Amino acid sequence: MADTATPATTDHGVTTAEDRLALYRWMRLTRTLEERLVALYRQTKVVGGLFRSLGQEGCAVGSAYALERTDALSPLIRNLGSMLVKGATPLEVLRQYMAKGDSPTRGRELNIHFGDVTDRHFVGQISHLGDLVPVMAGITMTFKLRGESRVGLVYVGDGATSTGAFHEGINFAAVQRCPLVVVVENNGYAYSTPTDRQCAAERLADKAAGYGIPGVRADGNDVLEVLRVTREAVARARAGGGATLLEMMTFRRKGHAEHDNQSYVPEGEIEKWATENDPIDRFTARLTGEFGVTTATLAAIDAEVVAEVDAATEEAEASPPCSGTDALVGVYADPAEMPPLWYRGDASAAVSKHERPASWGTHDG
Amino acid sequence: MAEITFLEAIREALAEEMARDPEVVLLGEDIGKYGGAFKATDGLQARFGEGRVIDTPVSEAAIVGAAAGMAHYGMRPVCEMQFIDFVSCAYDMLTNYVATSRYRAFLPCPIVVRGPSGGYVRGGPFHSQNPEAAFLHTPGLKIVYPSTAEDAKGLLKAAIRDDDPVLFFEHKYLYRRIKAVMPPGDHVVPLGKARVAREGTDLTIVTYAATVWKALEAAEQLAAEEGLEVEVIDLRTLLPMDDEAIEASVRKTNRVLIVHEDTVTGGIAGEITARINERCFEWLDAPVRRVGAHDVPLPYAPPLEDFVLPQTSDIVRACRWLAAY
Repeated sequence: MADTATPATTDHGVTTAEDRLALYRWMRLTRTLEERLVALYRQTKVVGGLFRSLGQEGCAVGSAYALERTDALSPLIRNLGSMLVKGATPLEVLRQYMAKGDSPTRGRELNIHFGDVTDRHFVGQISHLGDLVPVMAGITMTFKLRGESRVGLVYVGDGATSTGAFHEGINFAAVQRCPLVVVVENNGYAYSTPTDRQCAAERLADKAAGYGIPGVRADGNDVLEVLRVTREAVARARAGGGATLLEMMTFRRKGHAEHDNQSYVPEGEIEKWATENDPIDRFTARLTGEFGVTTATLAAIDAEVVAEVDAATEEAEASPPCSGTDALVGVYADPAEMPPLWYRGDASAAVSKHERPASWGTHDG
Repeated sequence: MAEITFLEAIREALAEEMARDPEVVLLGEDIGKYGGAFKATDGLQARFGEGRVIDTPVSEAAIVGAAAGMAHYGMRPVCEMQFIDFVSCAYDMLTNYVATSRYRAFLPCPIVVRGPSGGYVRGGPFHSQNPEAAFLHTPGLKIVYPSTAEDAKGLLKAAIRDDDPVLFFEHKYLYRRIKAVMPPGDHVVPLGKARVAREGTDLTIVTYAATVWKALEAAEQLAAEEGLEVEVIDLRTLLPMDDEAIEASVRKTNRVLIVHEDTVTGGIAGEITARINERCFEWLDAPVRRVGAHDVPLPYAPPLEDFVLPQTSDIVRACRWLAAY
């Protein structure tokens, strides 16, 4: 995949030619997969809401690329790119959005709320913003207690920095010197609330001073810069230097979810970011300019990505739906399966155990 | 073997489980060198080190959240809430993150959240709470609330070994008042099984925690004064609830009183009543009655607290009403 010509780079040796093409591929895959999800959403094949990361792919991909496979990562809703880098597959994401029976959560959770802590090491998020900061503090404390050379990275948005869980979690990680990198993706809006209505501080990175840890602000739409500052924070964490807060400046070019028309964004702002500060366009210009990558090379990657998403879509569409009674399995390890509501005491059950009665709680014996 | 207190039984359970399994760690406020507000963890940091008995900031959500993360990666964290009243600060983490993790993400989350609970100690509204009912409504959690020192030890050991998250309530009125000789060996009491604290044939009291002792006191009084034989069921585990034990006793005595120290409205007694209606209504000779605290925040002054919380005399009166029905 690497270009044969290796021109002088201007990224201070942060990346190899292979790295750069990989970064481009992950960003392109993220965007292509989301565009496919939009098409499926419009065909009503996506069961719930659809959350885009358009314009934030550089931040998601560049930061996750700084991790080793054994490091742990906790994504946010705009971190599809991070999850792909960490090993999530387009097939998993498509099945998940389409609520298929063989989706990673077997239809129990939505969108990119899924994880894998045994092999690829990303932790499924929940909707309560900031909650994964304490959880990742605990995971990275485990790494530290076991003397493992592993780190964790947790994403929050500008909005989540206002939560108690964010504060408690980052403070806990700082005090315990957990090998944790907290990435704040400041994309300008938490749903419709602009960042200056979220926090009176000029820079969210300045919150780090209050926790006694380094805080760094970076251009979140420059994938190489994102990678560089994240690698620094990861290296510090791995060397026993504790937690770091990174603030990545970016912009959310789509609504909170696909239904949101962004009427609250000043006119022209979205277009300005799209034309002047798109992370893929910016990186493409650098690749074909200073790094000497041919447009044919990038076009070949684009075609590969489309083929991959096509194949995954076909497979996901053929996946089976969920079966209703599966809903009762797996709340606990023991008991492994809950009894149906209408089957509490066999003498009064009006229907068989695995049959759903026409109405709830039938007890007409 | 000498008698030890309920509190010492807790400490013994923690120490034995930490010695048995290196993945068991303790997290909490002031639990290390200081040994905890009630000294439940006294001496454990000196014995097991700072890496296994971890002092934390005043951050209940972070304590529980961090424990969840540790549990995902194979550890067995036991979190202390300095008073169980403060578990409400971790309510989101417990109900949204911890309780759902196995179901929504196949993430094991074997943590124990334990702490001193309950009133009768002049602790006022924020050091006397019984918040168990707030969590009964959360699928994915287990709730344990022992009444004896033997059960405190055996159930805590079972909770630490359980593969799911367990809330473990320790009634602070019992901490130093209740003593027992521990059964020998590795004493583990299975979760989900109630205990017949007193056999009887005339009526059943279903209860748990400190009010088990008040129910037993009432039963002795009723036996002595009017020859009533009252059966007392100590639930021990509230979630999952031992429906079979309740049903067996109802079929035997046909009259049921449910007693808890928590406030009546929305308390666990309502749920137990509904289950009795579903499972064995035909066996009842009288309506199910309940005795609990008045629906007010728990006040501090002795005359106020004594008025609000259920007393032995309330139980005696309700039993007489049931027996005469």
